[in-house]
Amino acid sequence: MGHKGDDAGQHGVAYTPDGGIDAFLSGLWEQNPVFMQVLGMCPTLAITNTVQNAIVMGLATLFVLVCSNAMVSMVRKLVPKQVRIATFILLIATAVTVVDYLVKALSVPMYRALGPFIPLIVANCIILGRAEAFAAKNPVIPSAMDGLGVGAGFTFALACIGAIRETLGAGTFLGHPLFGNHFQPWILFQLPPGGFFALAMWLAGLNAWRRYQERPRELAEAA
Amino acid sequence: MNSNLSLSYIFIDSLLIHNFVLSVFLGMCSFIGISRKQATATRLGLAVMFVIVASSALCYGTNLILVHYQTEYLRIILYIVIIAAMVQFTEMFIKKTSPALFRELGIFLPLITTNCAVLAVPLFQTSREYTLAQSVVFSVGASGGYLLAMFLMSVIREHMELSDPADLSRGAVLTLIIAGILSLSFMGFAGMGGG
Repeated sequence: MGHKGDDAGQHGVAYTPDGGIDAFLSGLWEQNPVFMQVLGMCPTLAITNTVQNAIVMGLATLFVLVCSNAMVSMVRKLVPKQVRIATFILLIATAVTVVDYLVKALSVPMYRALGPFIPLIVANCIILGRAEAFAAKNPVIPSAMDGLGVGAGFTFALACIGAIRETLGAGTFLGHPLFGNHFQPWILFQLPPGGFFALAMWLAGLNAWRRYQERPRELAEAA
Repeated sequence: MNSNLSLSYIFIDSLLIHNFVLSVFLGMCSFIGISRKQATATRLGLAVMFVIVASSALCYGTNLILVHYQTEYLRIILYIVIIAAMVQFTEMFIKKTSPALFRELGIFLPLITTNCAVLAVPLFQTSREYTLAQSVVFSVGASGGYLLAMFLMSVIREHMELSDPADLSRGAVLTLIIAGILSLSFMGFAGMGGG
């Protein structure tokens, strides 16, 4: 659900005439959907048991984000305010149908691994959130760049979580064994609870990092 | 394919063993975002339950039509349209019958459309080839599981309000750890019902 989408709108970067590089970079880190805004949790937790799955899921979402942002931006002046959410969802559903058939055509094993989570991209709050907060207010190219940035940030975050879960849960990275034969895989990280714990670890790490960054300032204020 | 599964097994499986929130990871955003107060969380859970059961039956009928005319590629688009219409209907219904509840749920009501648990039920029942009776039982079980998870989480979080957790667990971290522990305990249900 996009209940934080409004919040994102307030921090949303205004259109700058540099072709959207700013929009791209801010989506990558400052407005990273997973680490900063804690959105799009379902695929983040469900499809990150291996790095490969995580990256494919991230790329599928990236494709939908770029398409839907571009399409929403194209129709933004034609759509009346009352029906805009319904229109956006239809455009997103169209893009998702394309990805669904694309993944099925490219790799059937991958399609099986991702299961119902490809069609469920429709209900990913990041996508409606970006359509509402950015694409509905900006021209086509910056909107597409914003989709690219947020999608890349999402892929990056998924790969980070996937790295923890695959290394600890299976002892491999992208399918290559890391620790030799004596390694006992920590199966918990492949199972559902591991998803929650891996994401909690990353967010706690980010909290620690932020506190470390704030420390010199607090000391200076105290002095 | 799955038409020989008993109704009671489908119900227990979707309610507890493969709980939508805690082991299939659906409806996570509302589970993490709107579980601070028990009253709001349960009412939202009930509204979601209504939307899921109604839209699942409608989607079952729509899928029959789609298969008959061999236009399955329209499935995702039509399902989301049905869900959006059901959400709109629920919103109007609640506004008419209980304006107080409507004000309390506020912005969360229209956002049920983008709750992935709602879209997942018709998608799962289609891909598992459930019959109509199985679909209805599955939708009640799955949405009941969502309600159960929302209730458990909100009750735990109301208690956590009084405690003083470590500074590192600011934001969603504490909620995620609680969810992880809940998910661990739900793993204990595996094997129930026998299949």
